[in-house]
Amino acid sequence: MRVPVSWLRAYCDPGLSTEEIVDRLAMTGTEAERVERVGVPSTDGFVVGRVLTAERHPDADRLSVCTVDDGSGEPRTIVCGAPNVAAGQTVAVALPGAVLPDGTKLGKATLRGVESSGMILAEDEVGVGEGHSGIMVLDDGIEPGSSLADHLAIADEAIEFEITPNRPDCLGVHGVARELHAVTGAPLAPLEAPPAEPAAEVFPIEIDPEICLRFTARVFRDVKVGPSPLWLKARLTAAGQRPISNVVDITNYVMLLTGQPLHAFDLDKVRGGRIVVRRAEQGEWMTTLDGAERELDPSMALVCDAEGPSGIAGVMGGQISEVSDETTSVLLEVATWVGRNILETSKALGLRSEASARFEKQLHPDQAVEAQRVAAALMADLCGATPEPGMADVYPSPAAARVIRLRHARITRLLGREIEAEEVRSILERLGFTLGDADDGWDVTVPGFRDMDVQREADLVEEVVRVYGLDKLPTTLPARERAVGRLTPAQRLRRRAEDALRDRGLHEIVGWSFTSPRALADLRLGEIPALTLTNPLSEEQSVMRPLLLPGLLDAARHNAAHGARGLSLFESAHVYRPSGPLEVPEGSPRGAVPSAERHHLAALLTPGRAGTWRSPAPPADFFAAKGVLEGLLGSLGVPFELEPGERPFLHPGRSASILVGDDRKAGWIGELHPLVARAFELEGCAAFEVDADLLAEEAPGVAAFQALAAFPAALEDIAVVVAEDVQADEVLAAVRDGGGDLLEAASVFDVYRGEQVGEGRKSLALRLTFRAPDRTLTDEEVAVVRARIEERLADAVQGSLRA
Amino acid sequence: MADLDALRSEAEAAIEAAGSGAELEDLRVRYLGRKAELTQTLRSIGELPPEERGPVGKAANAVRVALEAVLSARAADLEAAELDRSLHEDRLDVTLPGDPLSPVGSLHLITETRREIEDVFIGLGFSVAEGPEVEYDYYNFTSLNHPPGHPARMLQDTFYFSPDVLLRTHTSPMQTRAMEVQEPPIHIVIPGKVYRRDSDATHTPMFHQVEGLAIDEDITLADLQGVLLEFARAIFGPDRAVRLRPHYFPFTEPSVEVDVSCFRCGGSGKLADGSKDTLCKGSGWIEILGAGMVDPNVLGFVSETGYDPERVQGFAFGMGIERIAMLRHGVPDLRMFFDNDVRFLGQFG
Repeated sequence: MRVPVSWLRAYCDPGLSTEEIVDRLAMTGTEAERVERVGVPSTDGFVVGRVLTAERHPDADRLSVCTVDDGSGEPRTIVCGAPNVAAGQTVAVALPGAVLPDGTKLGKATLRGVESSGMILAEDEVGVGEGHSGIMVLDDGIEPGSSLADHLAIADEAIEFEITPNRPDCLGVHGVARELHAVTGAPLAPLEAPPAEPAAEVFPIEIDPEICLRFTARVFRDVKVGPSPLWLKARLTAAGQRPISNVVDITNYVMLLTGQPLHAFDLDKVRGGRIVVRRAEQGEWMTTLDGAERELDPSMALVCDAEGPSGIAGVMGGQISEVSDETTSVLLEVATWVGRNILETSKALGLRSEASARFEKQLHPDQAVEAQRVAAALMADLCGATPEPGMADVYPSPAAARVIRLRHARITRLLGREIEAEEVRSILERLGFTLGDADDGWDVTVPGFRDMDVQREADLVEEVVRVYGLDKLPTTLPARERAVGRLTPAQRLRRRAEDALRDRGLHEIVGWSFTSPRALADLRLGEIPALTLTNPLSEEQSVMRPLLLPGLLDAARHNAAHGARGLSLFESAHVYRPSGPLEVPEGSPRGAVPSAERHHLAALLTPGRAGTWRSPAPPADFFAAKGVLEGLLGSLGVPFELEPGERPFLHPGRSASILVGDDRKAGWIGELHPLVARAFELEGCAAFEVDADLLAEEAPGVAAFQALAAFPAALEDIAVVVAEDVQADEVLAAVRDGGGDLLEAASVFDVYRGEQVGEGRKSLALRLTFRAPDRTLTDEEVAVVRARIEERLADAVQGSLRA
Repeated sequence: MADLDALRSEAEAAIEAAGSGAELEDLRVRYLGRKAELTQTLRSIGELPPEERGPVGKAANAVRVALEAVLSARAADLEAAELDRSLHEDRLDVTLPGDPLSPVGSLHLITETRREIEDVFIGLGFSVAEGPEVEYDYYNFTSLNHPPGHPARMLQDTFYFSPDVLLRTHTSPMQTRAMEVQEPPIHIVIPGKVYRRDSDATHTPMFHQVEGLAIDEDITLADLQGVLLEFARAIFGPDRAVRLRPHYFPFTEPSVEVDVSCFRCGGSGKLADGSKDTLCKGSGWIEILGAGMVDPNVLGFVSETGYDPERVQGFAFGMGIERIAMLRHGVPDLRMFFDNDVRFLGQFG
């Protein structure tokens, strides 16, 4: 809402600077985005003049050489290009030295040989309108030489307010003035308007009460359509509204003043002489004032005449009944529409107007009558119109005034400070509320213009405290009972997991939760069930990612494009899967969630890590990823196993499922499928992804102490030769089987292939740790166990020990 | 006797001149070995006349003791020199990098900031609650006092999956979810991703919020101010002040916006050189979050679990994690959070 400061001060002038006004209003809930200068930067050099003579320029047909009385006693010569300049006019003059709105400083100029010392001004040259076809002609009787600013708002400021949606009353200058009045105590001037006309059958009107709460209309005869007076043009221009003609300008002016939109019809173009408010028919069309053809549907409300649509209710009028220069009779509509309906109509049509922006916030039917009163006075004054007596007023369900009990103790309880009763009363009265005394406080009657916003006691408390001053509240901490802050075990585990990955040198990324069908296709997951947005910003961000991998690949690609190699990245975030039909319960879903959302952890390693001066870099392969996974799950205390398992996006021979607990699938690990790597413009990468929610379920509880070994261990290294397709896990299982209780640990520390073991075979070097809890093992005991292991290896994996 | 003195002088000179352990051993054998002159002298004392035995024996023994002392001192010197030499030879180029590489990873700035915010509120007695991002309209709007057609719904452009299922536009739906399962009092913060259908220089379609909710019998707006002052000081420095400005949110009443005194200019709006502080635009204050007393209508939606607006009351607040992080770390562009450039990531966390 753009409010010219001079207009605001006309209704409430607290004697403060614009900056102070802005600050005071900001601290009480009416925030300004910015303040703009309107018109000229300084009023110096702008005076009223009278044209004494106006002769055609000897050398230029279109120029006039004028002498102008500027009050100095010495006629001033001004060359003027306007066709309408004439002797005897009172005009606005800029003297040399005056600075125009665009910053140009006026000097003396010689035009075709005649020196011109000044300029006779057109509207746009001082920002009071847009007219440039001729000079402004002021009212006679203004003394030449007086400052122009005393007669015309040529140097103004406009405050651009950010009005919150609960305050449609502040979408009018008078509403903002009321705020200023409440905040500063400076008097508020009432709107200039005659009393309301009684309701009368001045015009036949039918309405559909579902879409129209109130419809008022007045008829004006002998209307003389023409330009508005300069003061009105100046206010509209400063408020950001283009002056059009007096009738249209009056509707805009009254809307900007009161917050209530109005609409003027050329009464002679209202076919059949009656108004019908109804829903549009499916597929009905009309041409709105902006010239656009609009297709309508039955959710939309129309204002029609006997033959068809005349305007889209509350949004925009139609061309058919538009007021024109020939108009002599005007029907002035001021209605109250259903806010939600206007909101939905303007959304559906993609058409937001000054009117719809106000109606959608639900105006109160009382506001319509006030706007009629203000407009009627202006129609008579500015258009010479004769109002027909009586106002058509269709108001099927008159709203009763809202009365709310405000308990004094409640204010104290909510705010943590008492505000004195007199202060409470005074604040609310300044805001337009009426107070009656009650036992424990007041019965407060809410004015119509605040009805949507103030409906409960808490709303009144807000009114009181915001004007009272939030800065006067004490600063306290809650008296906490039963409030103990801590993270849940799952939250602690997630932090630990993220820390573990960070500590292993990985950088955490935050990827978009959205991905694209193409990215999923590139992952060879075209068929995966995914949640799809009905209104995405783009195809690129149209589905919810069912796994974290695409975000990591995007980040890797982005960094690779900047030359970064050897990346180690991870992400900790939700993934999303449909969980069946999106059924919606009546009322509260009672904790149900509409999709299957899980918290995942994923890591990606890309090739090209740098080695050091004494050890080469390990490749970014399966085992590099497995090393990170081991570090991660090890730090969480969650044991895991890998089971070969294919994923469409992974190398089929270099991928596995991650199993935890009782063979629960917690995720996957592997090298990227070459086709996937190519699609993401990456070289071979390795990655894993695990379900953190599942890990939290499998994480150990409180660790129980285990006795420290009291006797020394016997260490032995063996080399087991097996067929190439035998897995290390199978070898270890056989070893453990044979080792029994005395085998404390067994691990693979080398793998050898070569002539010594033969084609199609490999040798695994294992370190075995033997230990008994109650004695030092003898060589003989170890030899027995070792023999049993050898036997089990031969049986289970056809393995033999290599000497 | 003169011979003994000469021997001693000669031996001492030789020992001092010895340059290695081996040389020293040779000298020990030569002067103190079985065949050495001194040893012979001591051994043949019995052959001397009785009156000479005492003085000669004493003198020879003194020479022996003296030479042994010189020998061991010289041995220690040589050993020390030897060690010095070998330590000197073992010297490294300490400026070479360590091995194996221990690359330094990082938490994302959003995670780091989120955790710090969580920890401030954990210290103030709040627990951390999390909820789904794909959400029902009921939890995202209706139960937060945004009935269908409410103009406040226009404030937020929403992503939809169906007319009733959407991406949450704020972390507030978890307020209702939490209150549905926990009776008052409740003190929680709710961090998480939120989504709005908006993408330009200062908006991304996904961003992060932390929501707070405190409900008890007697929690006041003054308490909100106190809690947020603690928060502001923990995050932006111990000298910070906060101020509340009235605002409008559908789920709080009264509603406020909260400013923190500018940590660059100290609240004066001017920098040391007298120029206007661009961070706070010369106002001395920076807006950091929205808050208010929980609207009675919101409590009404969870009255079954004991949230009777006549009996309990409290506050809620919500802040953008990216905004807090940008202010605190001077990050100039929101989009950097989501580019995931390692040159950015590595600077934090």
